[in-house]
Amino acid sequence: MVLIMLEAVSALHIVEDPHAERLEAMPVRGAEILIRALIDNGVDTIFGLPGGAVLHIYDELWRFRDSITHYLVRHEQGGVHAAEGYARATGKVGVALVTSGPGATNAVTGIATAYMDSIPLVVITGQVPTPVIGTDAFQEVDTFGVTLPIVKHSYLVRNIADLEDVVNEAFQIARSGKPGPVVIDIPKDVGAQFCGYRNEKISFFTDMVEETPRDDERLGLVVEKILNAKKPVFYVGGGIVTGNASDALLRVVELLGVPVTPTLMGLGGFPTAHPQCLGMLGMHGTFTANMAVAESDLLVAIGVRFDDRVTGKLAEFAPDADVIHIDIDASNIGKIRKAQIPVVSDARTALEGIDKKLRSLGADYRGPDRLIGWWTSIREWQRAVPLYCEYSEHEIKPQQVIETLHEVTNGDAVIVSDVGQHQMWAAQFYPFKRSRQWINSGGLGTMGFGLPAALGAQIALPGAKVVAIVGDGGFQMTNQEIITAIQYKVPLKVLIMNNGYLGMVRQWQEMFYDRAYSEVDLSISPDFVKLAEAYGAQGLRATKPSELRATLMEGLDHDGVTIMDIVVSKEENVFPIVPVGGASRNMILK
Amino acid sequence: MRHTISIIVANQPGELSRIVGLFSARGFNIETISVGRTLEPNWSKATIVTNGDERTVDQIIKQCSRLARVREVKAVTDLPHIEREMALIDVSVRAGDERQEVMSLVNIFRAKVVDISHDKMILELSGTMDKVDTFIEMLEPLSVNEVTRSGCVAINRLSRLMSDTKTEAAMA
Repeated sequence: MVLIMLEAVSALHIVEDPHAERLEAMPVRGAEILIRALIDNGVDTIFGLPGGAVLHIYDELWRFRDSITHYLVRHEQGGVHAAEGYARATGKVGVALVTSGPGATNAVTGIATAYMDSIPLVVITGQVPTPVIGTDAFQEVDTFGVTLPIVKHSYLVRNIADLEDVVNEAFQIARSGKPGPVVIDIPKDVGAQFCGYRNEKISFFTDMVEETPRDDERLGLVVEKILNAKKPVFYVGGGIVTGNASDALLRVVELLGVPVTPTLMGLGGFPTAHPQCLGMLGMHGTFTANMAVAESDLLVAIGVRFDDRVTGKLAEFAPDADVIHIDIDASNIGKIRKAQIPVVSDARTALEGIDKKLRSLGADYRGPDRLIGWWTSIREWQRAVPLYCEYSEHEIKPQQVIETLHEVTNGDAVIVSDVGQHQMWAAQFYPFKRSRQWINSGGLGTMGFGLPAALGAQIALPGAKVVAIVGDGGFQMTNQEIITAIQYKVPLKVLIMNNGYLGMVRQWQEMFYDRAYSEVDLSISPDFVKLAEAYGAQGLRATKPSELRATLMEGLDHDGVTIMDIVVSKEENVFPIVPVGGASRNMILK
Repeated sequence: MRHTISIIVANQPGELSRIVGLFSARGFNIETISVGRTLEPNWSKATIVTNGDERTVDQIIKQCSRLARVREVKAVTDLPHIEREMALIDVSVRAGDERQEVMSLVNIFRAKVVDISHDKMILELSGTMDKVDTFIEMLEPLSVNEVTRSGCVAINRLSRLMSDTKTEAAMA
């Protein structure tokens, strides 16, 4: 029998008459209830852009400006990405505030980006007043409906008495279990009505997670299976980062002596430079990682979802392997690939359970001898096909940019990437040491994400060196947020990998469409240095390999905002590449 | 294969569209859907009949379970259960013989005549979806004008001992 009971949710209106309770407290305006509830949920930073439907809220924000810093973005998409960058850098819930209609629709791309990568956000959208909802009023859009498929949960707050509980619950839902974006749509009149603020958080929502990790027997099976495998691979993803499971993972895999391959979202969750790390797997993964997975007899998949960019042709993805799948989201297990041992759990709890079991086995669990043959094959693959780039005297190679950036930042920078070739090169050539050091739009692949997300990350981590790596295409989608960084004196560092193309698309056209470079030429672009200067930022350019290091150092040392236009070789390709739908062992290597 | 899934969901605006939206977004099929209140006025039960293999049904259950306002998701068809659909059928009856023929079908299927005029009858039938299908099929030569079907509702049986089809037929 398939039966999933959810210990969830007494619905909000189970509070029998919220009005009665609320009226005892001193009534305040709905907008103030919202702001107070945000503060009581630990919010001190909001990214937003005002408009008619949120005027009451902005009025209260002004009053509470000592408690909450609002960053005025120049486009709502940038605001949501900045909130995402803030959330991704810290694990805290990011908050964005936008007006109704176009404000909300502009926010949609950011909400979808957060949804695909399981990023905790609360997005507050203004709505037209309740009496005119549904009448095609000015700046009306059905935000609840538009965002329905891309939210973890959403609310249209029609009753002022619900508002406080809605905000509290929204934060719980956003950060619990598998995190995600929550939209709160607030009609303008609700923000103007009066109601008591109780200032007590009542928990309505408990996230449903089956308790497999405490199921000792299941973890016993997991350990037994791993210890009996001859060619095991740990395939680890964003769940390691989200679940704060890096330390537990490190302990377990060092005990076991097994190879580890992180996904794009899992980068940083396991140190790239660790001798057991094979590098990223998938479409642009390392030869070794893809070969090891293809040859493995056991995949231990933790916090991953068997994304198509990872698996390639599904039937030939780890065809001989049994699968142990550990994920907090039961729906991820068995969605793409059947798991012989499914474990519904957050990564950390499961790994700590495995660690404990292993240690209880005493000295003979490790059996490094058992894996010698496996490691011999792996080392041979590593020797045969390392990640590789030939430098040139005449032009800057994009991989060289990443390697040089790695050197001049001592490998410590928080790297925030946009989407495209530069993203893959950054993933391949910047060895990450820790979780949350690598921030990118993995699932949705949102161009324009990088710059505003880096702004949010830098605001969240004022002491850290945050570098946005963007292409000349994606940069032009959201570069308006440079002025936000200037306004708030956020020392944003933007490194443009400028190849004059929509590079990833061009690569595919070169490889799979007979070099028909259809609409990918960006050689007519603004002068990025002058553009930087127009914003009041430092603008730097490097065109020759000899200028690269000095340019990066100068830009990174600058106190303020810097835009570095790094002109790289135009037609460099990302390798290895697994063609779409191909088997992941059939990589094109150069 | 056909499966019947019951979902207990908060009786709040938008929650049903979240479920229906999930079905379309993930490419799951809805053959019938019917929704009504449960004993608790804050909670509704949706009964959805869907088509798919085991994996699809597993995904439907897991995906629906993720929704914050869904309290319980159950594959009713995994256990002995009772399923009923109701249909209201408008048929034309031109001559006396036709009316007799309709009446004999009504008797065989234990349907009811709920409205009648000189040349038309409205029939009410409840039973399994198959029974409703068959009844309509049998009526078709007699010119069926309109059919309104409720979609399937289902409930698990009280005990496995009662689950044989004979008992169900006797109680239908």
